[in-house]
Parts: sequence; C-alpha cells; structure tokens
Amino acid sequence: MSGPSTYVPKSAVGRWFESRLPIMGLMHSSFVVYPTPRNLNYWWTFGGILSVMLMVQILTGIVLVMHYTPHVDYAFSSVELIMRDVNWGWMIRYIHANGASMFFVAVYIHMLRGLYYGSYKAPREVLWILGVIIYLLMMATGFMGYVLPWGQMSFWGATVITNLFSAIPLVGESITTWLWGGYSVDNPTLNRFFSLHYLLPFMIAGVVVLHVWALHVVGQNNPDGVEVKNVARDTLPFTPYATVKDGFAMICFMLFFAWWVFYVPNYLGHADNYIEANPLSTPAHIVPEWYYLPFYAILRAVPSKLGGVVAMFSAIIVLCFLPWLDTSKVRSAKYRPVYKVFFWLFVASAIGLGYLGAMPAEGGYVLASRLLSIYYFAFFLVVMPLLGLFETPRALPASIADSVLKNAHSAKA
Amino acid sequence: MLFIATGAVGAVGVGSVAWPFIHQMNPDASTIAAGAAIDVDLSAIPEGSSVTVKWRGKPIFVRHRTPKEIKEAGDVTLAQLPDPQADAQRVKKPEWLVVIGVCTHLGCIPLGNQGEYDGWFCPCHGSAYDTSGRIRKGPAPKNLEVPNYAFASDTKLTIG
Repeated sequence: MSGPSTYVPKSAVGRWFESRLPIMGLMHSSFVVYPTPRNLNYWWTFGGILSVMLMVQILTGIVLVMHYTPHVDYAFSSVELIMRDVNWGWMIRYIHANGASMFFVAVYIHMLRGLYYGSYKAPREVLWILGVIIYLLMMATGFMGYVLPWGQMSFWGATVITNLFSAIPLVGESITTWLWGGYSVDNPTLNRFFSLHYLLPFMIAGVVVLHVWALHVVGQNNPDGVEVKNVARDTLPFTPYATVKDGFAMICFMLFFAWWVFYVPNYLGHADNYIEANPLSTPAHIVPEWYYLPFYAILRAVPSKLGGVVAMFSAIIVLCFLPWLDTSKVRSAKYRPVYKVFFWLFVASAIGLGYLGAMPAEGGYVLASRLLSIYYFAFFLVVMPLLGLFETPRALPASIADSVLKNAHSAKA
Repeated sequence: MLFIATGAVGAVGVGSVAWPFIHQMNPDASTIAAGAAIDVDLSAIPEGSSVTVKWRGKPIFVRHRTPKEIKEAGDVTLAQLPDPQADAQRVKKPEWLVVIGVCTHLGCIPLGNQGEYDGWFCPCHGSAYDTSGRIRKGPAPKNLEVPNYAFASDTKLTIG
C-alpha cells in the first residue's frame, strides 16, 4: 500500500543525505503519509503501545543490569540493593517487573483483536505468524527474567519449566542437563538465563521490524474486514490521524501502568519470591506468572507428563495454523453472528483456564481444566473449520467509506 | 558435483565450528568434579526416620525403614504399579531406602511421610510415592530414581 516515496527534502543537506541513504523517505512513507483505514477503532492502538512497552523494558532493563549480579550467591541481595540502596532503583525495578505484565496485557488485547476481526486471514498470514513468533520470544524472555531475582518462585519456576523438556523421549534428560549446565538448576543456569534475557528483547525488536514491514506491505485490516478499494475515500494519512489517536491511547495505557507501579507494585508478583532460592525446599504451591497461567492449566489438565507438555506447546503452536483453519470468507466478527458467540466463549475459556492455573491441581479444578482445555482446542480445530461452511454471514459493506458514512447517517437520524 | 563437494565441506566446517558453541553449555569440569561421591553416616539415623543430603544440587533421601514400611513395600503386586519394580530391586539392604528426592514429574521435592501411601507426596502436582519411592498416583511417570550407592561399612553409605 505504501507506494514509491513522495518525500521531498526541504533543505540542501536533506537532499544530499536522501540521495545517499533514503531513510527519511522511508520514515515519511511509513509513519506520515502511510494510508490507514478510516474506520480503525481504539483496539488498533495496541500495536503502537506494544512498541513503547518494548522500549520501556529495554531501557529499564539496561539500567537494572548496571546494578544486578548474576550469581547464585549475590543475585538475591543485589536485587534488594536495587530496591533499597540504588537511587530510584525501586521505581526502575517496579517499572520493569510490572512492565512485563503490562506488555502481556497489551499483547493479549492485540492478539484477541486480531482473532475477533480476522486479521490473520489472507493476505496477512505471514504478518500473523511473525506475531506468534514475537509472542513466543516474549514468553521465553519473561520466564528467564523471572528467574533472575533468584527467589523461591524463580528457582522452582525454572526447575519446573526446564523439566518440561525431560518429557521428550530418549534425549529429554540430556537436553535438561544441557539447559542447566549441571545436574540441577544452579549458577550456570542463572548465568545463561541472564545472557539470554538480555539478548532476546533485541531479537524481539528485530522480528517487530519484520512484523511492521509485513504490515506495511499488505496494509492494515480494519473493523469491517473489507480491503481498501479507493485510497482517497477509504483511508486517512497516518499523521496526524493515527499518530494522535495512538498517542492518546498510549497516555491512557501509561496511566493504567503507573497505577500498578505506584499503588500495587507487588500485586502481580508472588510473596514467595522475596524468599531466597532454596534448592532443598519446594514452596507448597508453585504458580507461574499470571500471563502463563492458561497454558499451565492445560499442562496440568492432561494426566500424562509427555501428553501435558505436548498439549501445552500445541496450545500456542496452533495459532500459527489459524489462517488455514478458519474457512470463513468473511474476516470480521462484526458480520459473523455465530462466530462472535464462539469467540467470546473462547475468551471466557482462556480466562477460566487462567483462574484454574492458579488453583491447586485437585478435584473439581482438574475436571474444569479438562473441559476448558477441550474447548480451547475445539475452538481452533473444530469450530473454526466448520463455521466457515455452516454460518451465514451478514451482508458486508461495499467499502470502508460506505460503512463509515452509513454510520454517520444513522447517527444523524 | 563440485557444488555438492563444496557444500559438504562447508557443512562439515559449519558443524565443527558450531559444536564448541553448543557443547559449552553442558556441565563444565568443575561442576562434574563437584558431583563426586559423598559419604553419609548411618549411625545417626534411627529407625523410622530419614535424612536428606545434598548431592549434585539435588536432595537425596536416606530412609531407615521400619519393618512395617518394608512389609508395605514388599506386599504390593507389581501389576498395581504404573512403573513396575519390586522393592528388592530398589534397595540393597531392606532397612535402607536411598532415592533421589526429585519428583519425576517436573522436578519438585516431594514431602516425606505424607500422602496416602506412607511414602512421599509432591505438593506441586499431587504425585504420591510409596515406602519404596515408587510412583503410585498422580502425573509423575516414573519411580523416584535410585542413585548409585554402596555400603562402605555397616554405618557408612557412599553415594555416587
């Protein structure tokens, strides 16, 4: 959609530079004149919010590393040093710790928006899969970051997650030993997690560039899910329209973020992580960070070790196949009355699994986890393929402009 | 032909450069050295109690079993077990049970003298082990692992 650059440098220096490295023209065509569908709603502002969150995490992370010591004997006390002695250390660490949660809040909204409006469908399959890769990298980064403070949850979370790989037949044990660099989670493990926790965010940034690139090739989806037909009628330039709207949404999101940081900074953490890691004592109740809970519930729902691990990873990998599992010709749930119901049931099942993941694995909780896990997979593997064949969608608007103007008419009347 | 030969040489080159970068993550010499055998004094463990010693960063349960516990472990029919193994295969002297105290599910440490089989109970995902350290209930697939050990004398146990 972004055609050849229309950027014309105003100064002589600008012209000199542009003819040697046309980066200003790239910025101009990507973020100034780039045409955005005129019907975008606020759910479309989370991409920008996520970019800001990535920058917040990288910035606070770089600063925290200036004071943190990745060694089993010093890691826990160096985090306490950050909290008590380093100037503004408490705030920077709380921003980083809660920032991880806010990053996941934003990414879940962003993903559900894609799921609701069919943003994964042709021609946006590669865009969607790049997003799934970013999500996987985020999960790996978040997990390794949680290990660094070397509290009880850090240690036992690392033990449980690395042991997932021991479920692999034949080579499982060798893989876990290789991951640990020893016979159990210990200093070598902490060191490599620290190294990778520093690396992965930059890999995320790299995939984000590809994600935005792919987006700018195929153009944005929109709430009506109809393609742009006439750029002049159906779209508005990115600046000022999207810039201002994204900016406003970011400020609102930052207020929400700041509330967690300054009022309930430890609510999303776990009290046991303020106890230093003890390899000889497992806490009574291990829970991962909230953003992994639905997958943890799926893991525990399956009464077999290998089966549970396979189910848990499949729950994420299945997202990659979404563009081909969904057989409907219509993108947006706005015009899919039956899909809409199944979609909200899916959201409810994911939240339900999140709740169950935090509960002990016994009795009725296990049964409920099994039922919801079955629905989670059925949504992708049964509902998506069949609904496209049986559902009668509502009539689509002829164009984005038509849909917007019709709304304006009915608002007036 | 030349392309295939070039490609093959290139693949060998890439592989031999990659291996040190992969293998460096395996346990280093000092970690392996620190994982050498340890001794446990058995005279300090009265019948009916157990001690936990740390070996290779993991807890090892050394349990001085009572006649009742030995009988419970021996009376089980193997068909009842998810990971069938006779008690006699798991111990060298019936009164001493030595197992690695790491749940075979996802690596938590089971709690002693708990659960419905008088052995261990894992608080993480609810696996229950019997007085021979065998899995009886829950998601763990295998019995608690028995490390290499030997009785150096009647009161000294060497693990490793």
